[in-house]
Amino acid sequence: MPDTLTSLADLSRIAAELGDAVVETVVAHGEITLITTRERLVAVLTWLRDRQQFEMLTDETCVDYYPREPRFAIVYQLNSLSRRLRLRVKVFLSEYDKVVPTATGVYAGANWLEREIYDLFGVTFEGHPDLRRILMPLGYEGHPLLKEVPVTVEEVAFSFNRRRIDSDKPYVRE
Amino acid sequence: MVAEPTLQEAPQSVLTESNAQLDITLEQLKKLVSPRAFTGETMLLNMGPQHPSTHGVLRLLLELDGETIVSCIPDIGFLHTGIEKTHEGKTYTKGIPLTDRIDYLAPLSNNMAYVGCVEKLLGLEVPLRAQYLRVILLELTRMNSHLVWLATHALDIGAMSMFLYCMREREMILDVYELVAGARMMTSYFRVGGLWRDVPAGFTDLVQKILDVFPKRLLEYEKLLKDNPMWKERTVGIGVISKEDAIAYGMTGPSLRGSGVNYDVRKAYPYSSYDQFEFSVPVGSNGDVYDRYRCRMEEFSQSLKIIEQAMKRLPAGPVMVDNRKIAPPPKHEIAYSMESLIHHFKLWTEGFSVPEGEAYFAVESGKGEFGCYISANGGPKPRRVHFRAPSLCNLQALPTMSKGCLIADMVAIVGSIDIVLGEVDR
Repeated sequence: MPDTLTSLADLSRIAAELGDAVVETVVAHGEITLITTRERLVAVLTWLRDRQQFEMLTDETCVDYYPREPRFAIVYQLNSLSRRLRLRVKVFLSEYDKVVPTATGVYAGANWLEREIYDLFGVTFEGHPDLRRILMPLGYEGHPLLKEVPVTVEEVAFSFNRRRIDSDKPYVRE
Repeated sequence: MVAEPTLQEAPQSVLTESNAQLDITLEQLKKLVSPRAFTGETMLLNMGPQHPSTHGVLRLLLELDGETIVSCIPDIGFLHTGIEKTHEGKTYTKGIPLTDRIDYLAPLSNNMAYVGCVEKLLGLEVPLRAQYLRVILLELTRMNSHLVWLATHALDIGAMSMFLYCMREREMILDVYELVAGARMMTSYFRVGGLWRDVPAGFTDLVQKILDVFPKRLLEYEKLLKDNPMWKERTVGIGVISKEDAIAYGMTGPSLRGSGVNYDVRKAYPYSSYDQFEFSVPVGSNGDVYDRYRCRMEEFSQSLKIIEQAMKRLPAGPVMVDNRKIAPPPKHEIAYSMESLIHHFKLWTEGFSVPEGEAYFAVESGKGEFGCYISANGGPKPRRVHFRAPSLCNLQALPTMSKGCLIADMVAIVGSIDIVLGEVDR
């Protein structure tokens, strides 16, 4: 685990230089999180990569905070190999405007990670070179990791509810 | 006179066929393959998903100019099992067996990332004995993962006897798994706060046997492959990726170190008291298949070195935290202690709650940086669990690595990045 004191010093310096692009900084569990806005995201990531040696995008994922609003957060885990420092960058998105600029221009590795988020959460990445489903099968509708999708979809059929359950299934209708 | 089909027509039909399977529009496909595919100069070929050397169900759509690869479009998702979604409906303890199934060749590395992340959120300090036992088992897991890699990678390239030798040695490691966890593959041995139980009698002997036998076997492997001219012909200078590209794609593990980047999570962000052991991180220089092979081979002896140190200094003591809100009470206590009975009941019906927050915890698995990101909502079930799969990020660099190689080299390159499709698709 990196020394929290140096991390904190780094964080305050980074936050000061980024100015109003940083909405909030959070330190918890020895990790630092920097919350930015959608408009400044690419500039912030580029600056962190070029000026602060965060060369690697370790991970990018999405969290569904339903029923809160803004509902979604895109989470970027940055890693500085030379400074041995991790940094998390977060952007919050509204449920009604699930669009975020792509990070593929900054980190080539974001390509598939963003496709995965698009596939599982339905978040659109503006400017992504190849935005299509990656994990879910051909012809799948919807986005399975949204909170409105139940963890178990199939209701168990008994004699008293078989008709109702069957009427919901696509193969019966066809 | 019957009009002969023009050159343009035949490949168009191939394209529409692939586009139906890839769920891709023609416009998107045009961006991925070269324009020559549309005039019939180059050929599109499907490799997989049932190809034996794709190590599972990886499908590659290859654009070929003769035997040379012009472009490569990987298609994944055949093994998607929705593990991350399933986690949202499970308590933190019940989530552990799910993690075994991600990288099914290195179950304990996955366990470690997951329980490590939950421990970070709870702020738990795991007893030293548990940490050391974890280190021993994690290193055995790395060797297990590398053995399967070496077996299949060599088999793909044509060295069949390697497969038999590696599977023989792997059996010794699986015996250790079976002894400690009762299962050979899906171990689920680590718990939040420590281990399921202390290691049974006979553990030391089994590990000692590995420490005694393995170095000799390692020499045999080296004799067979290291300077083998046929092996070198197939691997040296093949599938080269530069340092900069490897970092940009987020590659980790031996695949990154083969390109000359010294990054190992065990050294950079030590966990489970890895900082108390002496070991070195082998780094390559050329970034080709051979260097990645060398890195993994060197890691065998480093793993043995760590296990030896941990066995020698293995402290006595408990293997689980002394916090009854997290760790289940010993069985015999339930018979006479009302408190223990209540704790037991609460833990197995409701589970423990994790305070609201988020954390990322990474371990160095055999494949690279295996990370776990948990967003907790304060209840007994997580809001979101995400696994950072090294295989996925490493596989993403495949099109760059394979450009300009021969189609026969594809098998060597896929083998060299050591993917497990269970981890790629989760």
